[in-house]
Amino acid sequence: MNAILTMIAQRLALGVLTLFIVSLIIFFSVSLMPGDYAEAILGQAALPDTVRAFREQLGLDQPAYVRYFQWLGGVFTGDLGTSFSSERAVTELIGARFGNTMFLAAYAALIAVPLALVLGVLAALYRNSFYDRTVNVVTLTTISSPEFFLAYVLIMFFSVGLWNGSEMIMGGFFPPIANVSDDVGFWERVYRTTLPAVTMTLVIVAHMMRMTRASIINLLASPYIEMANLKGLTKSRIVFKHALPNALAPIINVIAVNMAYLIVGVVLIEVVFVYPGLGGLLVDSVSKRDIPVVQGSCLVFAAVYILLNLTADVLSIISNPRLLHPR
Amino acid sequence: MIDLKKLSKKVVSGKLSRRDFMVKAIAAGATVPFATHLLAESAKAATPNKGGNLRMGIGHGSTTDSTNPATWENGYMANVAGAFVNHLAEVNNKGEISPELAESWESSPDAATWRFKLRKGLEFHNGKTVTAEDVIASFNHHRGDDTTSGAKGVAKPIKDIKADGDTVVFELEGGNADFPFIASDYHFAIMPSKDGKIGADGFDVGTGGFMIESYEPGVRTTFKRNPNYFKEGMAHFDSVEMLSILDANARQSALITGDIDIMDRVDLKTVDLLARNPAVNIMETTGTLHYTFPMRTDTAPFDNNDVRMALKLAFDRQEIVDKVLFGHGSVGNDHPISSANQFHNSELPQRQYDPEKAKWHLKQAGMEGLTVELSAADAAYGGAVDAAVLYKERAAAAGINIEVVREPNDGYWSNVWMNKPWCACYWGGRPTEDWMFSTAYQGGVDWNDTFWSNERFDALLLEARSELDQAKRHEMYGEMQAIVSNQGGVVVPMFANYVMGLSSKIAHHDDVAGNWDLDGNKAAERWWFS
Repeated sequence: MNAILTMIAQRLALGVLTLFIVSLIIFFSVSLMPGDYAEAILGQAALPDTVRAFREQLGLDQPAYVRYFQWLGGVFTGDLGTSFSSERAVTELIGARFGNTMFLAAYAALIAVPLALVLGVLAALYRNSFYDRTVNVVTLTTISSPEFFLAYVLIMFFSVGLWNGSEMIMGGFFPPIANVSDDVGFWERVYRTTLPAVTMTLVIVAHMMRMTRASIINLLASPYIEMANLKGLTKSRIVFKHALPNALAPIINVIAVNMAYLIVGVVLIEVVFVYPGLGGLLVDSVSKRDIPVVQGSCLVFAAVYILLNLTADVLSIISNPRLLHPR
Repeated sequence: MIDLKKLSKKVVSGKLSRRDFMVKAIAAGATVPFATHLLAESAKAATPNKGGNLRMGIGHGSTTDSTNPATWENGYMANVAGAFVNHLAEVNNKGEISPELAESWESSPDAATWRFKLRKGLEFHNGKTVTAEDVIASFNHHRGDDTTSGAKGVAKPIKDIKADGDTVVFELEGGNADFPFIASDYHFAIMPSKDGKIGADGFDVGTGGFMIESYEPGVRTTFKRNPNYFKEGMAHFDSVEMLSILDANARQSALITGDIDIMDRVDLKTVDLLARNPAVNIMETTGTLHYTFPMRTDTAPFDNNDVRMALKLAFDRQEIVDKVLFGHGSVGNDHPISSANQFHNSELPQRQYDPEKAKWHLKQAGMEGLTVELSAADAAYGGAVDAAVLYKERAAAAGINIEVVREPNDGYWSNVWMNKPWCACYWGGRPTEDWMFSTAYQGGVDWNDTFWSNERFDALLLEARSELDQAKRHEMYGEMQAIVSNQGGVVVPMFANYVMGLSSKIAHHDDVAGNWDLDGNKAAERWWFS
């Protein structure tokens, strides 16, 4: 067990180093983009005078490395800086959005992970059956379609509805926009975010399902499973008791990758469903060169990736006695 | 039946005559009394009702927005402003300038000094009385050395502002007969001041018909009705929710399912399909929004007027209106004054596609087989790249080779516009001729994107600005439009309509302002639920 704790400590230390490098890369790559905040926010209305006044007030007239170290100094005291545009603390801006993003990600994960595991195990059990092929075709179709397209299709069937003249045949089950605010209750929020959560489920289920199926099938060919078969064990006992525990490590890794996608990769879904998540905040801030917010959001995203990978590794080790007790 | 109801609404909004309606209704099998009844029902809807929660889906807005008027730059914030603040003057729903927080105004004979007398007993949402000092501080927010306001250029002609009791006195650098229009610019919102500055306690307080309850940049703003609103017969809704919905399809779906009541910027590709929905009405207004291709007249070959004329003649305007705007606009005549403007010159012949004449001009310039680059990006306006490509195809017939350069949207306004010799650009919502001309056509001004100057034009501009005789101004502005059209550096292919989608529950007065989208960004205060 101590080995695991040491590993976690090591990985966290490396994670902090990664975050530092990420912040460095983000800061200077944003600086490489044409125009700065003053020009981006004023757009067509940019006069040389106003641009200069903006730069002076925000300290944008200083060299990039000076600004970077100022920002870094703030980070060590827990201050991620202030947004150029709204003059609100970055932590406050990100906080609200991060809650929304996590809610949607958790909702989608709660549907997608059990669904993928069940579909995958069943597909392995009834390999090459009609069921197996159907599930494969359907999930591969949804993963191969762009997410906004899936979103529009869902909106068409479940929200706007199918119309025959002025008569609705079906539809109107869910709102087409996930309009959530603080005063919306929990179940209302669940209801309003159902379509985006289902869209995200459709995008990620295939990957996890196929990995579950493949790793179990892989194990089913190994000698110890053959032994279990020869002993006359039932199929379900073989899969759940003998095969699945050994297949967990790769499945957990795939789940972790998909969780990360649910949190950091859903900008398009946010736009289509008008959901106020972290992705939209990042995109807006990049296009307006609001660097403190860009930095803050990227750090959150990077931290999510690092933590999820760490969790996946720890869980893989725990699930594998050989890794748990290395010689 | 549904169609008849729609038709009867058209009568009320003046799009159809009563006679035509009766003919159509009877042809559709309705009896005369029934048709008359329908008309009466629709007319009743035109008397404002109170109450309800209005939800608007607006195709602008960003998380970098704020309620600080110096930062307002998009349609979302302009609508928020339309709900919660007022200005000294406003452009009303008939397109005329009328007093708002000011009760009346008067100018000196040279139109260089303007006195705005404030209404009595006006209060901000926080209970503070509106004083002349608040007005001065609100204007000064956009003036001076360290202002970062996008409206600094607009406020430039103001030399000094003084208070005289409840009157605010503006000293201008020169006469300007249209100054009340400038005072109605949405940036010049009147907010409470403290020690000569506004925004000491944030920028959430105004005098408008609705008070901000919550504001989340780039997401939503919620308002409740201001019970002490000074305007009679305005601000009918109990509460208003403005959502920023950037995706046109999402706005459209939300309107169809009734999750919002009003949307702006309908996708022109699918507007005809949307119009079929009986629960949706499409509204279209002609305003001053126009798309341009400015040429730098200080750069060869655009310094030669024959080259400019050749390019102006070398493309099919109607085709661009039909294909880029799907017909929801009108052709331009190479000057920026729209038919919605007061002094539009309707006698100026409309320029047509004429490759032969274009060739002749090129020959005059000695530049047959001209090759030029046209920079475009959709940052200029949606469809700018398509318009540039259509231009290229038609110009080939005149022996002009246009190379369309697709520029990145990022940094378009700082790196391409006014830098590249020829590019795509848009201009929206300048309500007066003088404002438009002095923003982008007067010699040497900051946004003169064609770097063009013309002595006669500049002289007329100054003269017309302080002229108070309307007939004379009409003549002068007419001549200026002709000068720009025949000698200027700008190609104005089209004026774009504002196209909006309204739930059939929404009612409005017959006249709808065209100076901006959504009844001049004031739908929240002017419209109601029928």
